[in-house]
Amino acid sequence: MGSGWERAIIVGASSGIGAAVARELARQGCRHIGLVARRETELSQLAGEIGEGARIYAHDVTCYDQVPLLFQQICRDLGGLDLIIYAAGVMPRITAEEYAFEKDQSTIRVNVLGAVAWLNEAAQRFAVAQSGTIVGLSSVAGDRGRRGQPVYCASKAAFDTYLEGLRNRLGRLGVSVVTIKPGPVDTPMTQGLDKLPMLISADEAARQIVAAARRKTGGIAYVPAKWRPIMFVIRHIPSFLFRKMNI
Amino acid sequence: MSAPNPLVLSSDAAERVPAPLREPVPLPADHLESVSAWGMSTRVLSHVYRPSTVQGIRHVFTLARERGVAVGLRGAGRSYGDASLLGENVSLDLTRMNRILDWDPQAGIIRAQPGVTIRQVWQCAIEDGWWPYVVPGTMFPTLGGCAAMNIHGKNNWKVGPIGDHIQEFEILLPTGDVRRCSRAENADLFHAAIGGFGVLGCFLSITLELKRVYSGLLHVEPIPVDNLTEMMRVFEERMEGADYLVGWIDCFAGGRETGRGLIHQANYLAPGEDPHPAQTLRVQNQELPDTLFGVFPKGLLWRFMKPFTNNVGMRAVNAAKYHLSRRHGGSGGGHTQSHAGFAFLLDYVPDWKRAYEPGGLIQYQSFIPAAQAHAVFTEQIALCQRRGLVPYLGVFKRHRPDPFLMTHSVDGYSFALDFKVTRANRKQVWGLAAEMDRLVIEAGGRFYFAKDSTLHPARLERYRDEERVRKFLALKRACDPENLLQTELYRRLFTEK
Repeated sequence: MGSGWERAIIVGASSGIGAAVARELARQGCRHIGLVARRETELSQLAGEIGEGARIYAHDVTCYDQVPLLFQQICRDLGGLDLIIYAAGVMPRITAEEYAFEKDQSTIRVNVLGAVAWLNEAAQRFAVAQSGTIVGLSSVAGDRGRRGQPVYCASKAAFDTYLEGLRNRLGRLGVSVVTIKPGPVDTPMTQGLDKLPMLISADEAARQIVAAARRKTGGIAYVPAKWRPIMFVIRHIPSFLFRKMNI
Repeated sequence: MSAPNPLVLSSDAAERVPAPLREPVPLPADHLESVSAWGMSTRVLSHVYRPSTVQGIRHVFTLARERGVAVGLRGAGRSYGDASLLGENVSLDLTRMNRILDWDPQAGIIRAQPGVTIRQVWQCAIEDGWWPYVVPGTMFPTLGGCAAMNIHGKNNWKVGPIGDHIQEFEILLPTGDVRRCSRAENADLFHAAIGGFGVLGCFLSITLELKRVYSGLLHVEPIPVDNLTEMMRVFEERMEGADYLVGWIDCFAGGRETGRGLIHQANYLAPGEDPHPAQTLRVQNQELPDTLFGVFPKGLLWRFMKPFTNNVGMRAVNAAKYHLSRRHGGSGGGHTQSHAGFAFLLDYVPDWKRAYEPGGLIQYQSFIPAAQAHAVFTEQIALCQRRGLVPYLGVFKRHRPDPFLMTHSVDGYSFALDFKVTRANRKQVWGLAAEMDRLVIEAGGRFYFAKDSTLHPARLERYRDEERVRKFLALKRACDPENLLQTELYRRLFTEK
C-alpha cells in the first residue's frame, strides 16, 4: 500500500471504529494486523473476516502492567510495526445531575491511561526506528468541556494534549502522530443516544481516518472534515456564553 | 491470545524446552536498536547486547531463554542481506569479543576471539611476514562472521575458503556446552559450523593458519578483456600461475561486448624479490590512504559518487573505466601494490554504500559450474538489461569445491552483481533475482548466504533435499533443540512457514 504500512496494531479493535479501521487497513493491503481488545469472541469474528494476516490478543487496556510485554510479543508476531491506532474508549452514560467517580475513573483509565501505556511503548520504538505512525482516536468532545460529559470531554482533551506532546517530541525523528477527532459515528458507543448531528457510519469514518493517518506530517484531522470549521467556532465561543448554551 | 512461541519448531523440540525460570518480563527498552543489513536494504529493530566475555554470552542466552525469544548472532554486520539480522528478538553483537588470544610468529598461527576483525589479524601478523590465506574485499568483517559465512577471496580456486585454513575453534552451543572442533575432533560440527551462518553455536575462539609472505607487496597485472569468452579464457590460462585473479565486468555492455571488463592478476613476490621487505611489510606501508591525491578527504567521496549512482551515471562510469583500462592496461609488466591495497578494494572509499541511500543496495552472487558458467552469466547480464535493472558493479571470480556442509562453492565461477534498491524498483529487483535464480538452479549452481537478500524457500527445495543440507539441519536440531539461534535469513529459508 502507498503508505508502506505492512504491520499494524489496533487497540480497541473488537467493535465500532476500531473494527472498521481494521477492515479498512486490510482492504488497503496491510498484511499483518494485531487486533487488541477485551472481547475475544468479537476479535475472533473480526479476524475471521480479515483473514490470514490478523492476530488477536485479548487484553484489558487498564491492565497497564501487561502492556510492555504484550506490545513486544505483538511486534514479534507481526515481524515489526509500522502503525499503531489507539481506538479504545468508553463513554459511560451519566445523567445531567450525576457525579459518579467509578464511571469517571474508568473513563480516565481507558481513554487516557490506557492510551499512554500503549502509545508510550510505540513512541519509544518508533523513535529508535525513526519511522512509524501513531494514531489516536480522540473526539470533537475534547475541544470543549460540555455539561453532559465533563469527564469524557476532559479525557479526550487530555488525550489530545498528550498526542500533541508526542507529535512535538517525535516529529523531528520522522514519526508521524495523528490526532483523529471524529464527530458522532454510528457505533455501539453512540447507540441509544439522541441528538447526534451529522452522524456517519463506522466504515465511512474508518475510510477517512486511514486517509488522514497517511498524511506524513501528522497533525489533527476532524472526521468528517466539516467538523473542523464547526469546532473552530465552538472553541472560540466565550466561556460565559458557552455555559448558557445546551451543547 | 494467539502468540506462537518462537522457540518451538516441532513437538520433539518442545519436549526439551526447559520451563521458564520466572514469569515472563519484557526485554529492556534501552537495548532496543535499529539494526541494518550492510546493504541498507533491510532494517529491523532488535534488543542488542554486546558482551565482552564468555560469561556475558552465556548470560544473553539465559536471558533470551527466560524471555522466550530467539538470539541472532552478529559480527561486524558486513553481510549484504539479512544474515546478521534478527528483528524483534535479541541480537548478540560480538564485536566486543575482540581480543587476539595468541599469536605464534614462527608458525604463523593466530588464535582469536570471534569479534576480532580481519584488519586486526593482518595488522598483527604482517610485520612478522604473514598474511591471511583468505580475506574478503573489505578488512572490517569479524573472524567469527567470516567463519560463519566461510568467506572466500580472490584466490578461492587456489586456497579454498577461510574454513580450509581454520585449524580449530571452540564453540558455545545453545545448550551451554562448549565444544572444541577440528578436522580430528568433532569433525562433523567443524564442517557444519564453518559456513553454518551462525545458527549452530557461538564461536568463542578461532585458530587460523596464515601464509608466509616475503614482501608487503604483490605483483599486479591488469588485463583488459573484450567479452566474457575472453574473460574466461584468460582465467583458465592463468589459474595455474596466478595467486589471485579477479574480474570486473561492465554490465551495461551488450551484444558482442557482453562481459567486457578488466582482470587483475596478482602474485606474491618470491624471497629476495623485494629489496626492502622489512619496510614494505610494515603496517603503515599497507594502510590505505585516507585522502585522495594527498589532500581530499576520502570520507567525503561518497557524496560525490551519489550524483552518478543512477543508470546514466553508472553507464558512463563503467564505460570510462573499461576504455581507460584498454588504454593503460594489457601492455604487460604491471605494477606492485600492497597486500591491503590489492585485497581491500571495497575499503578505498569509506562509506561508499551511502551513495545508494536511501534504498540501499543488494548484491546477487551466484556460483555456477565451469561448463555452464558462460551461458548462465551471459543470460543473467542480458536479463538484467532487458528488465532495465543493470547492476552497477559486476565481479567475476574462480572457485573450487570445499568440504563444508553448507558450502556455496563449486568447481566453476561466481558472478556478483550490485543492484541499487529504491522504493519504486524493489519489487522488480526481487522479481529479476527470482528469474536469475531459476537459471542458477537449472545449471546446478549455488548461492552465498553472506550476500543473499532475495532467495525464496520455494526455489531452494532441491537444495534442501541434498543429503548434506539434511545433515546440517539434523545437527542444528541436536546442537540447538530449542531453536534459540536464528537469523532473518535462517527464518526466511529454513523454518517452516
